[in-house]
Amino acid sequence: MSDLPAPLAELIDDFTSVGPKDRLQLLLELNEELPALPARYADQPGLLEQVHECQSPLFLAVEVTDGVVRLFFDAPREAPTTRGFAGILHTGLDGQSAEDVLGVPDDTPFKFGLAEAVSPLRMRGMVAMLSRIKRQVQEQTGG
Amino acid sequence: MSLPADPSPQLAEFAHPERLVTTEWLAEQLDSGTKDLVVLESDEDVLLYDTGHIPGSFKLDWHTDLNDPVTRDFVDGGIFAKVMSERGIGRDTTVVIYGDKSNWWAAYALWVMTLFGHPDVRLLDGGRAAWQAEQRPMTQDVPTAEPSDYPVIERSDGPVRAFRADVLAHLGRPMVDVRSPGEFSGELLHMPDYPQEGAIRGGHIPGAKSVPWARAVREDGRFRSRAELEQLYQEEQGLATDDDVIVYCRIGERSSHTWFVLSHLLGFPQVRNYDGSWTEWGNSVRVPVELGEPHE
Repeated sequence: MSDLPAPLAELIDDFTSVGPKDRLQLLLELNEELPALPARYADQPGLLEQVHECQSPLFLAVEVTDGVVRLFFDAPREAPTTRGFAGILHTGLDGQSAEDVLGVPDDTPFKFGLAEAVSPLRMRGMVAMLSRIKRQVQEQTGG
Repeated sequence: MSLPADPSPQLAEFAHPERLVTTEWLAEQLDSGTKDLVVLESDEDVLLYDTGHIPGSFKLDWHTDLNDPVTRDFVDGGIFAKVMSERGIGRDTTVVIYGDKSNWWAAYALWVMTLFGHPDVRLLDGGRAAWQAEQRPMTQDVPTAEPSDYPVIERSDGPVRAFRADVLAHLGRPMVDVRSPGEFSGELLHMPDYPQEGAIRGGHIPGAKSVPWARAVREDGRFRSRAELEQLYQEEQGLATDDDVIVYCRIGERSSHTWFVLSHLLGFPQVRNYDGSWTEWGNSVRVPVELGEPHE
Protein backbone atom coordinates (compact mmCIF):
# COMPACT_ATOMS: atom_id res chain seq x y z
CA MET A 1 0.00 0.00 0.00
CA SER A 2 2.98 2.30 0.46
CA ASP A 3 3.18 3.15 -3.27
CA LEU A 4 -0.37 4.50 -3.37
CA PRO A 5 -1.09 8.23 -3.00
CA ALA A 6 -1.77 8.87 0.70
CA PRO A 7 -5.44 9.94 0.38
CA LEU A 8 -6.22 6.80 -1.63
CA ALA A 9 -4.44 4.57 0.87
CA GLU A 10 -6.39 6.23 3.70
CA LEU A 11 -9.67 5.54 1.92
CA ILE A 12 -8.73 1.89 1.54
CA ASP A 13 -8.04 1.76 5.28
CA ASP A 14 -11.40 3.41 6.01
CA PHE A 15 -13.31 0.95 3.84
CA THR A 16 -11.55 -2.19 4.95
CA SER A 17 -11.70 -1.42 8.67
CA VAL A 18 -15.52 -1.64 8.67
CA GLY A 19 -18.11 -4.23 7.62
CA PRO A 20 -19.93 -4.35 4.25
CA LYS A 21 -22.95 -2.31 5.46
CA ASP A 22 -20.74 0.56 6.64
CA ARG A 23 -18.75 0.39 3.41
CA LEU A 24 -21.97 1.18 1.56
CA GLN A 25 -22.49 4.10 3.94
CA LEU A 26 -19.01 5.42 3.11
CA LEU A 27 -19.74 5.04 -0.59
CA LEU A 28 -22.99 6.95 -0.11
CA GLU A 29 -21.13 9.79 1.58
CA LEU A 30 -18.57 9.96 -1.22
CA ASN A 31 -21.46 10.10 -3.70
CA GLU A 32 -22.89 13.07 -1.80
CA GLU A 33 -19.55 14.84 -1.61
CA LEU A 34 -18.67 14.50 -5.30
CA PRO A 35 -18.09 18.10 -6.46
CA ALA A 36 -20.25 19.51 -9.23
CA LEU A 37 -18.59 20.28 -12.56
CA PRO A 38 -17.01 23.71 -12.91
CA ALA A 39 -18.73 25.94 -15.45
CA ARG A 40 -16.13 25.34 -18.16
CA TYR A 41 -17.20 21.68 -18.33
CA ALA A 42 -20.85 22.05 -17.32
CA ASP A 43 -21.32 24.43 -20.27
CA GLN A 44 -19.42 22.23 -22.70
CA PRO A 45 -20.21 18.61 -21.93
CA GLY A 46 -18.55 17.61 -25.21
CA LEU A 47 -15.19 18.10 -23.50
CA LEU A 48 -15.89 15.18 -21.18
CA GLU A 49 -15.13 11.55 -21.96
CA GLN A 50 -17.88 8.99 -21.37
CA VAL A 51 -17.00 5.86 -19.42
CA HIS A 52 -19.15 3.31 -21.23
CA GLU A 53 -18.37 0.51 -18.81
CA CYS A 54 -20.41 2.14 -16.04
CA GLN A 55 -23.99 0.98 -15.67
CA SER A 56 -25.17 4.58 -15.56
CA PRO A 57 -23.88 7.48 -17.64
CA LEU A 58 -20.59 8.74 -16.25
CA PHE A 59 -18.43 11.43 -17.82
CA LEU A 60 -14.98 12.51 -16.74
CA ALA A 61 -12.29 15.03 -17.58
CA VAL A 62 -8.62 14.98 -16.61
CA GLU A 63 -6.29 17.99 -16.51
CA VAL A 64 -2.57 17.87 -15.84
CA THR A 65 -1.04 21.23 -14.91
CA ASP A 66 2.62 21.45 -13.84
CA GLY A 67 2.58 17.74 -13.22
CA VAL A 68 -0.49 17.87 -10.95
CA VAL A 69 -3.62 15.90 -11.87
CA ARG A 70 -7.09 17.42 -11.54
CA LEU A 71 -10.17 15.24 -11.99
CA PHE A 72 -13.76 16.20 -12.89
CA PHE A 73 -16.75 13.86 -12.92
CA ASP A 74 -20.38 14.07 -13.92
CA ALA A 75 -23.05 11.43 -13.22
CA PRO A 76 -26.76 11.68 -12.48
CA ARG A 77 -28.15 11.81 -8.93
CA GLU A 78 -30.08 8.60 -9.70
CA ALA A 79 -26.78 6.73 -10.00
CA PRO A 80 -25.32 6.94 -6.48
CA THR A 81 -23.10 3.86 -6.84
CA THR A 82 -21.44 5.21 -9.95
CA ARG A 83 -21.08 8.60 -8.28
CA GLY A 84 -19.63 6.92 -5.20
CA PHE A 85 -16.98 5.18 -7.33
CA ALA A 86 -16.15 8.54 -8.90
CA GLY A 87 -16.00 10.03 -5.39
CA ILE A 88 -13.40 7.45 -4.32
CA LEU A 89 -11.18 8.36 -7.27
CA HIS A 90 -11.73 12.07 -6.79
CA THR A 91 -10.91 11.99 -3.08
CA GLY A 92 -8.02 9.60 -3.63
CA LEU A 93 -6.35 11.03 -6.73
CA ASP A 94 -7.32 14.67 -7.33
CA GLY A 95 -4.31 16.91 -6.69
CA GLN A 96 -1.77 14.08 -6.85
CA SER A 97 1.25 14.07 -9.16
CA ALA A 98 0.95 12.57 -12.62
CA GLU A 99 3.66 10.10 -11.71
CA ASP A 100 1.79 8.91 -8.62
CA VAL A 101 -1.51 8.55 -10.51
CA LEU A 102 0.20 6.52 -13.24
CA GLY A 103 1.71 4.32 -10.53
CA VAL A 104 -1.70 3.28 -9.13
CA PRO A 105 -2.12 -0.43 -9.90
CA ASP A 106 -5.03 -1.28 -12.21
CA ASP A 107 -6.57 -3.64 -9.66
CA THR A 108 -6.76 -0.99 -6.92
CA PRO A 109 -10.60 -0.73 -7.21
CA PHE A 110 -10.78 -4.23 -5.72
CA LYS A 111 -8.91 -3.17 -2.55
CA PHE A 112 -11.93 -1.45 -0.98
CA GLY A 113 -13.86 -4.59 -0.08
CA LEU A 114 -16.69 -3.34 -2.27
CA ALA A 115 -17.03 -6.35 -4.55
CA GLU A 116 -18.52 -8.19 -1.59
CA ALA A 117 -20.91 -5.34 -0.76
CA VAL A 118 -22.08 -4.38 -4.25
CA SER A 119 -21.26 -7.56 -6.25
CA PRO A 120 -18.16 -8.02 -8.44
CA LEU A 121 -20.12 -7.26 -11.62
CA ARG A 122 -20.64 -3.69 -10.54
CA MET A 123 -16.92 -3.12 -9.95
CA ARG A 124 -16.02 -2.84 -13.62
CA GLY A 125 -17.20 0.75 -13.71
CA MET A 126 -14.50 1.86 -11.29
CA VAL A 127 -11.83 -0.22 -13.04
CA ALA A 128 -12.77 1.50 -16.32
CA MET A 129 -12.71 4.97 -14.75
CA LEU A 130 -9.23 4.39 -13.37
CA SER A 131 -7.89 3.08 -16.65
CA ARG A 132 -9.31 6.04 -18.57
CA ILE A 133 -7.87 8.49 -16.05
CA LYS A 134 -4.44 6.89 -16.37
CA ARG A 135 -4.66 6.86 -20.16
CA GLN A 136 -5.51 10.56 -20.25
CA VAL A 137 -2.70 11.43 -17.81
CA GLN A 138 -0.32 9.42 -19.98
CA GLU A 139 -1.41 11.25 -23.13
CA GLN A 140 -1.19 14.68 -21.52
CA THR A 141 2.25 14.10 -20.07
CA GLY A 142 3.47 12.76 -23.41
CA GLY A 143 4.73 9.62 -21.71
CA MET B 1 -54.58 -13.31 4.72
CA SER B 2 -53.55 -11.33 1.71
CA LEU B 3 -55.02 -7.89 1.15
CA PRO B 4 -57.84 -7.18 -1.29
CA ALA B 5 -56.69 -6.10 -4.75
CA ASP B 6 -56.28 -2.41 -5.53
CA PRO B 7 -59.75 -1.58 -6.94
CA SER B 8 -58.51 1.31 -9.14
CA PRO B 9 -60.45 1.27 -12.42
CA GLN B 10 -57.29 1.62 -14.53
CA LEU B 11 -56.09 -1.77 -13.24
CA ALA B 12 -59.42 -3.59 -13.56
CA GLU B 13 -58.98 -4.26 -17.28
CA PHE B 14 -55.83 -6.35 -16.78
CA ALA B 15 -56.02 -10.14 -16.64
CA HIS B 16 -54.65 -10.21 -13.08
CA PRO B 17 -55.26 -6.79 -11.56
CA GLU B 18 -54.31 -8.18 -8.15
CA ARG B 19 -50.65 -8.21 -9.31
CA LEU B 20 -50.37 -4.44 -9.69
CA VAL B 21 -50.98 -1.51 -7.34
CA THR B 22 -51.16 2.22 -7.93
CA THR B 23 -49.15 4.78 -6.01
CA GLU B 24 -52.45 6.11 -4.56
CA TRP B 25 -53.41 2.70 -3.20
CA LEU B 26 -49.99 2.12 -1.66
CA ALA B 27 -49.95 5.57 -0.07
CA GLU B 28 -53.39 4.90 1.48
CA GLN B 29 -52.31 1.53 2.90
CA LEU B 30 -49.18 3.08 4.40
CA ASP B 31 -51.15 5.99 5.87
CA SER B 32 -53.67 3.69 7.48
CA GLY B 33 -50.95 1.38 8.82
CA THR B 34 -52.25 -1.74 7.04
CA LYS B 35 -50.90 -4.91 8.63
CA ASP B 36 -49.42 -7.82 6.70
CA LEU B 37 -48.10 -5.58 3.95
CA VAL B 38 -44.36 -5.28 3.30
CA VAL B 39 -42.88 -2.98 0.67
CA LEU B 40 -39.56 -3.90 -0.98
CA GLU B 41 -37.34 -1.72 -3.15
CA SER B 42 -35.22 -3.52 -5.74
CA ASP B 43 -32.97 -1.38 -7.92
CA GLU B 44 -30.24 -1.63 -10.45
CA ASP B 45 -28.23 0.89 -8.43
CA VAL B 46 -27.64 -0.66 -5.01
CA LEU B 47 -27.20 2.67 -3.24
CA LEU B 48 -30.38 4.28 -4.51
CA TYR B 49 -32.45 2.87 -1.63
CA ASP B 50 -29.99 4.40 0.83
CA THR B 51 -30.38 7.86 -0.70
CA GLY B 52 -34.09 7.72 0.16
CA HIS B 53 -36.95 5.24 -0.14
CA ILE B 54 -40.66 4.78 0.56
CA PRO B 55 -41.08 4.96 4.36
CA GLY B 56 -41.07 1.52 5.92
CA SER B 57 -39.76 -0.22 2.80
CA PHE B 58 -36.89 -2.70 2.86
CA LYS B 59 -34.08 -3.09 0.35
CA LEU B 60 -33.91 -6.27 -1.70
CA ASP B 61 -30.75 -6.57 -3.79
CA TRP B 62 -31.26 -8.93 -6.72
CA HIS B 63 -27.57 -9.75 -6.73
CA THR B 64 -26.58 -10.17 -3.09
CA ASP B 65 -29.98 -11.36 -1.76
CA LEU B 66 -31.43 -13.46 -4.59
CA ASN B 67 -28.44 -14.84 -6.52
CA ASP B 68 -26.38 -17.73 -5.25
CA PRO B 69 -22.88 -16.40 -4.52
CA VAL B 70 -21.14 -19.35 -6.19
CA THR B 71 -23.30 -21.05 -8.83
CA ARG B 72 -25.04 -19.05 -11.54
CA ASP B 73 -28.46 -19.69 -10.05
CA PHE B 74 -30.88 -18.25 -7.55
CA VAL B 75 -30.66 -18.85 -3.82
CA ASP B 76 -32.16 -21.99 -2.33
CA GLY B 77 -35.23 -22.23 -0.11
CA GLY B 78 -33.23 -21.84 3.09
CA ILE B 79 -31.58 -18.58 2.09
CA PHE B 80 -34.79 -17.28 0.56
CA ALA B 81 -36.62 -17.96 3.83
CA LYS B 82 -33.93 -16.02 5.68
CA VAL B 83 -34.13 -13.07 3.24
CA MET B 84 -37.90 -12.95 3.68
CA SER B 85 -37.79 -13.44 7.43
CA GLU B 86 -35.31 -10.59 7.94
CA ARG B 87 -37.81 -8.28 6.26
CA GLY B 88 -40.73 -9.44 8.39
CA ILE B 89 -42.39 -11.26 5.48
CA GLY B 90 -44.48 -14.33 6.22
CA ARG B 91 -45.98 -16.68 3.66
CA ASP B 92 -49.30 -14.79 3.94
CA THR B 93 -47.81 -11.31 3.71
CA THR B 94 -48.77 -9.10 0.79
CA VAL B 95 -45.52 -7.91 -0.77
CA VAL B 96 -45.34 -4.84 -3.01
CA ILE B 97 -42.09 -4.35 -4.96
CA TYR B 98 -40.92 -1.19 -6.67
CA GLY B 99 -37.67 0.00 -8.17
CA ASP B 100 -35.73 2.15 -10.61
CA LYS B 101 -35.62 1.82 -14.42
CA SER B 102 -39.39 1.29 -14.84
CA ASN B 103 -39.30 -1.64 -12.42
CA TRP B 104 -36.81 -3.89 -14.29
CA TRP B 105 -35.27 -5.21 -11.13
CA ALA B 106 -38.54 -5.09 -9.24
CA ALA B 107 -40.10 -7.33 -11.91
CA TYR B 108 -37.07 -9.61 -11.69
CA ALA B 109 -37.45 -9.86 -7.90
CA LEU B 110 -41.18 -10.53 -8.32
CA TRP B 111 -40.37 -13.29 -10.81
CA VAL B 112 -37.86 -14.88 -8.41
CA MET B 113 -40.46 -14.74 -5.62
CA THR B 114 -42.78 -16.54 -8.05
CA LEU B 115 -40.23 -19.37 -8.35
CA PHE B 116 -40.75 -19.83 -4.61
CA GLY B 117 -44.51 -19.61 -5.05
CA HIS B 118 -44.97 -16.62 -2.77
CA PRO B 119 -48.76 -16.25 -3.03
CA ASP B 120 -49.23 -12.49 -3.02
CA VAL B 121 -46.55 -10.37 -4.62
CA ARG B 122 -47.37 -7.21 -6.57
CA LEU B 123 -45.62 -4.45 -8.51
CA LEU B 124 -46.04 -0.75 -7.86
CA ASP B 125 -47.10 0.64 -11.25
CA GLY B 126 -44.53 3.20 -12.40
CA GLY B 127 -42.01 2.21 -9.73
CA ARG B 128 -39.76 4.58 -7.87
CA ALA B 129 -39.95 7.32 -10.49
CA ALA B 130 -43.76 7.54 -10.32
CA TRP B 131 -43.71 7.75 -6.52
CA GLN B 132 -41.09 10.50 -6.62
CA ALA B 133 -42.76 12.41 -9.46
CA GLU B 134 -45.86 12.73 -7.27
CA GLN B 135 -43.67 14.04 -4.47
CA ARG B 136 -44.79 11.35 -2.10
CA PRO B 137 -42.80 10.84 1.10
CA MET B 138 -39.29 9.39 0.99
CA THR B 139 -37.01 8.74 3.93
CA GLN B 140 -33.48 7.59 4.68
CA ASP B 141 -34.62 5.79 7.85
CA VAL B 142 -34.02 2.08 7.51
CA PRO B 143 -36.74 0.08 9.29
CA THR B 144 -36.07 -2.97 11.39
CA ALA B 145 -38.47 -5.89 11.19
CA GLU B 146 -39.54 -8.40 13.76
CA PRO B 147 -38.17 -11.56 12.07
CA SER B 148 -41.00 -13.65 10.69
CA ASP B 149 -41.30 -17.38 10.44
CA TYR B 150 -40.98 -17.94 6.69
CA PRO B 151 -41.12 -21.61 5.66
CA VAL B 152 -38.30 -23.24 3.68
CA ILE B 153 -39.92 -23.73 0.28
CA GLU B 154 -38.20 -25.67 -2.48
CA ARG B 155 -37.93 -23.53 -5.60
CA SER B 156 -40.14 -24.68 -8.44
CA ASP B 157 -38.45 -23.55 -11.65
CA GLY B 158 -40.48 -25.50 -14.20
CA PRO B 159 -43.56 -23.38 -14.77
CA VAL B 160 -41.96 -19.94 -15.27
CA ARG B 161 -38.25 -20.53 -15.88
CA ALA B 162 -36.60 -21.90 -19.02
CA PHE B 163 -33.09 -23.32 -19.24
CA ARG B 164 -30.91 -23.60 -22.34
CA ALA B 165 -32.11 -27.16 -23.07
CA ASP B 166 -35.73 -25.99 -22.84
CA VAL B 167 -35.01 -23.25 -25.35
CA LEU B 168 -33.35 -25.70 -27.75
CA ALA B 169 -36.43 -27.92 -27.50
CA HIS B 170 -38.63 -24.88 -28.04
CA LEU B 171 -37.04 -23.66 -31.32
CA GLY B 172 -39.74 -22.93 -33.87
CA ARG B 173 -42.27 -21.95 -31.23
CA PRO B 174 -42.96 -18.43 -29.96
CA MET B 175 -40.11 -16.53 -28.35
CA VAL B 176 -39.75 -12.86 -27.56
CA ASP B 177 -36.38 -11.10 -27.50
CA VAL B 178 -36.84 -7.94 -25.43
CA ARG B 179 -33.39 -6.41 -26.03
CA SER B 180 -32.67 -3.29 -28.05
CA PRO B 181 -32.82 -3.52 -31.87
CA GLY B 182 -29.01 -3.32 -32.11
CA GLU B 183 -28.57 -6.27 -29.76
CA PHE B 184 -31.20 -8.26 -31.66
CA SER B 185 -29.61 -7.73 -35.06
CA GLY B 186 -26.17 -8.66 -33.76
CA GLU B 187 -24.69 -5.23 -34.34
CA LEU B 188 -24.20 -4.73 -30.58
CA LEU B 189 -23.04 -7.25 -28.01
CA HIS B 190 -24.53 -5.34 -25.08
CA MET B 191 -27.11 -2.71 -24.24
CA PRO B 192 -26.43 0.76 -25.58
CA ASP B 193 -24.51 2.67 -22.87
CA TYR B 194 -24.08 -0.45 -20.75
CA PRO B 195 -20.99 -2.51 -20.01
CA GLN B 196 -20.11 -5.43 -22.20
CA GLU B 197 -20.98 -8.45 -20.10
CA GLY B 198 -19.12 -11.00 -22.10
CA ALA B 199 -21.08 -12.55 -24.96
CA ILE B 200 -18.78 -13.88 -27.68
CA ARG B 201 -21.41 -13.91 -30.43
CA GLY B 202 -24.09 -11.35 -31.25
CA GLY B 203 -27.53 -11.86 -32.75
CA HIS B 204 -30.68 -13.57 -31.55
CA ILE B 205 -32.24 -16.99 -31.10
CA PRO B 206 -33.70 -18.03 -34.48
CA GLY B 207 -37.39 -17.28 -34.76
CA ALA B 208 -37.53 -14.89 -31.82
CA LYS B 209 -39.69 -11.81 -32.23
CA SER B 210 -38.10 -8.48 -31.40
CA VAL B 211 -40.18 -6.51 -28.91
CA PRO B 212 -37.97 -4.22 -26.81
CA TRP B 213 -39.32 -4.28 -23.23
CA ALA B 214 -39.85 -0.50 -23.11
CA ARG B 215 -42.62 -0.70 -25.68
CA ALA B 216 -44.83 -2.02 -22.85
CA VAL B 217 -44.52 1.15 -20.77
CA ARG B 218 -45.57 4.75 -21.14
CA GLU B 219 -43.20 7.65 -20.78
CA ASP B 220 -43.93 7.90 -17.06
CA GLY B 221 -42.85 4.27 -16.58
CA ARG B 222 -46.38 2.93 -15.96
CA PHE B 223 -47.67 0.01 -18.00
CA ARG B 224 -49.64 0.72 -21.15
CA SER B 225 -53.35 -0.06 -21.22
CA ARG B 226 -54.62 -3.56 -21.91
CA ALA B 227 -55.79 -2.50 -25.36
CA GLU B 228 -52.37 -1.06 -26.24
CA LEU B 229 -50.59 -4.17 -24.96
CA GLU B 230 -52.93 -6.45 -26.93
CA GLN B 231 -52.31 -4.36 -30.02
CA LEU B 232 -48.56 -4.79 -29.54
CA TYR B 233 -48.17 -8.46 -28.60
CA GLN B 234 -51.28 -10.01 -30.14
CA GLU B 235 -52.08 -7.91 -33.22
CA GLU B 236 -48.62 -6.73 -34.27
CA GLN B 237 -46.57 -9.76 -33.19
CA GLY B 238 -49.26 -12.37 -33.67
CA LEU B 239 -48.92 -14.04 -30.29
CA ALA B 240 -51.98 -15.88 -28.96
CA THR B 241 -52.85 -16.19 -25.29
CA ASP B 242 -52.66 -19.97 -25.44
CA ASP B 243 -49.15 -19.90 -26.95
CA ASP B 244 -46.29 -21.41 -25.00
CA VAL B 245 -43.89 -18.44 -24.95
CA ILE B 246 -40.26 -18.01 -23.86
CA VAL B 247 -38.89 -14.53 -23.22
CA TYR B 248 -35.24 -13.55 -22.88
CA CYS B 249 -32.87 -10.59 -22.80
CA ARG B 250 -29.24 -10.38 -21.65
CA ILE B 251 -29.36 -11.74 -18.10
CA GLY B 252 -33.10 -12.13 -17.57
CA GLU B 253 -34.00 -8.87 -15.87
CA ARG B 254 -35.57 -6.91 -18.73
CA SER B 255 -37.37 -10.09 -19.83
CA SER B 256 -38.87 -10.47 -16.33
CA HIS B 257 -40.61 -7.20 -17.08
CA THR B 258 -42.07 -8.62 -20.31
CA TRP B 259 -42.83 -11.91 -18.54
CA PHE B 260 -44.91 -9.86 -16.07
CA VAL B 261 -46.76 -8.11 -18.90
CA LEU B 262 -47.61 -11.31 -20.77
CA SER B 263 -48.46 -13.40 -17.68
CA HIS B 264 -50.20 -10.97 -15.39
CA LEU B 265 -51.46 -8.12 -17.53
CA LEU B 266 -52.47 -10.09 -20.63
CA GLY B 267 -53.11 -13.42 -18.91
CA PHE B 268 -50.96 -15.76 -21.02
CA PRO B 269 -50.88 -18.94 -18.89
CA GLN B 270 -47.63 -20.38 -20.31
CA VAL B 271 -44.77 -17.89 -20.29
CA ARG B 272 -41.28 -18.81 -19.20
CA ASN B 273 -38.34 -16.47 -18.66
CA TYR B 274 -34.99 -17.75 -19.96
CA ASP B 275 -32.70 -16.09 -17.41
CA GLY B 276 -29.54 -17.55 -18.95
CA SER B 277 -30.49 -15.25 -21.82
CA TRP B 278 -27.93 -13.84 -24.24
CA THR B 279 -25.00 -14.06 -21.81
CA GLU B 280 -25.48 -17.85 -21.95
CA TRP B 281 -26.77 -18.36 -25.51
CA GLY B 282 -24.20 -16.00 -27.08
CA ASN B 283 -21.41 -18.00 -25.44
CA SER B 284 -22.76 -21.50 -26.06
CA VAL B 285 -21.01 -23.77 -28.52
CA ARG B 286 -22.98 -24.80 -31.62
CA VAL B 287 -26.35 -23.35 -30.72
CA PRO B 288 -28.14 -21.69 -33.66
CA VAL B 289 -27.85 -17.92 -33.95
CA GLU B 290 -29.60 -15.65 -36.40
CA LEU B 291 -28.38 -12.20 -37.44
CA GLY B 292 -30.20 -9.23 -38.86
CA GLU B 293 -33.32 -7.17 -38.46
CA PRO B 294 -36.66 -8.67 -37.42
CA HIS B 295 -38.71 -10.21 -40.25
CA GLU B 296 -41.66 -8.11 -41.31
